[in-house]
Amino acid sequence: MRPEEGTIQSRSRAIEAVMSLITDQLVIICNGFPSREAFHLADRPQNFYMIGSMGVAPAIGLGVALSKPEKKVIVLDGDGNVLMGMGTLATVGALRPKNFVHVVFDNEVYGSTGNQPTFSRVVRLDQVAKAAGYVNVERVHEREDLVYEFKDMLAKEGPSMLLVKVTDQADDVGRVLLEPPDITQRFKKAIE
Amino acid sequence: MIESDSFVQALQDIGFDFFTGVPDSILGGIIATLVERRLYTPAVREDEAVAMAAGAYMAGKVPTVLMQNSGLGTSLNTLISLNLIYRQPCLLLISWRGFQGQDAPEHLVMGQSMTQLLDAVRIPHRTFTEQSAVDDFKWTAQTFMKMHVPVALLLKKGVVKGIQP
Ligand SMILES: Cc1ncc(C[n+]2csc(CCOP(=O)(O)OP(=O)(O)O)c2C)c(N)n1
Ligand SMILES: [Mg+2]
Repeated sequence: MRPEEGTIQSRSRAIEAVMSLITDQLVIICNGFPSREAFHLADRPQNFYMIGSMGVAPAIGLGVALSKPEKKVIVLDGDGNVLMGMGTLATVGALRPKNFVHVVFDNEVYGSTGNQPTFSRVVRLDQVAKAAGYVNVERVHEREDLVYEFKDMLAKEGPSMLLVKVTDQADDVGRVLLEPPDITQRFKKAIE
Repeated sequence: MIESDSFVQALQDIGFDFFTGVPDSILGGIIATLVERRLYTPAVREDEAVAMAAGAYMAGKVPTVLMQNSGLGTSLNTLISLNLIYRQPCLLLISWRGFQGQDAPEHLVMGQSMTQLLDAVRIPHRTFTEQSAVDDFKWTAQTFMKMHVPVALLLKKGVVKGIQP
């Protein structure tokens, strides 16, 4: 299937753009290729890679955001992941953490398992987030718009969702080269 | 029967300060107390609650997740591939529906197999009673600190005062 009109950048290019704007924010990344690409592009102690559980990255981020209201929490997510944990959009919308930014890289496929189509082509996840109560919601295609909107969301009170349409191309990167208990300890220390 | 107020106080006394979960009637009194004390963050699914607790743990909190034992089925993957693999502890306060086959049909299979399920994935568990309450709380705190994994306290009907006792 052809990507939505106007979609030009790959997920890894989009992740790179987001990470280049990050300073001291805490970042939680969903399972599959998004974690792998983020690890290889921009590993840092303030990154938490969810290599296993699919669909719960925003719930982890929410737990952090509610416990540390003074820190900005960014969740990097995939369309398949959001569809699996869609109930959490309601929890975020209802609890309204101001320090929560949800970035969804929407390639309309389960990219990490071989590009099987997801429902995000027909179900607009940005509109679901809006209906659930996210305060700022934007849908972007181009890098310039991604940079503008993400900067804006970093400055604004949330919860915010930035849905980035990306191609289904994946970088040829290996696994996250950290042991899970070390990811926990490193991230925990970075929050202190 | 223990008052939910003293039950919650005992948990707070051993350090628990973040509570989330999905309700069950057996847990109703405890949740009401938690809400009253502004300590409860509602979740929509038990796997979400477990993940939220993991985030809270990394942000310095000591978390408890409340769930009906059917929610153990819902959250098992998160408990395995998040908590156990990443060594992230939380207290699971699980209501034991279907205990000894005395419950509605939907609870019977889980009621019978819950402890085997917990054993199979090596989540330490213990059944809470009024008589052993002091030891139960002590065991909870020690196991939580020592093992860095989820620890389950199982609650049968009528042990802690619910909304309708
Ligand atoms: C519970 C569960 N089911 C299935 C999988 C297999 N799986 C791993 S990643 C993934 C796809 C994720 O899709 P998406 O969130 O859209 O990310 P993308 O790879 O497309 O960037 C799937 C199905 C899993 N890890 N866990
Ligand atoms: Mg995808």
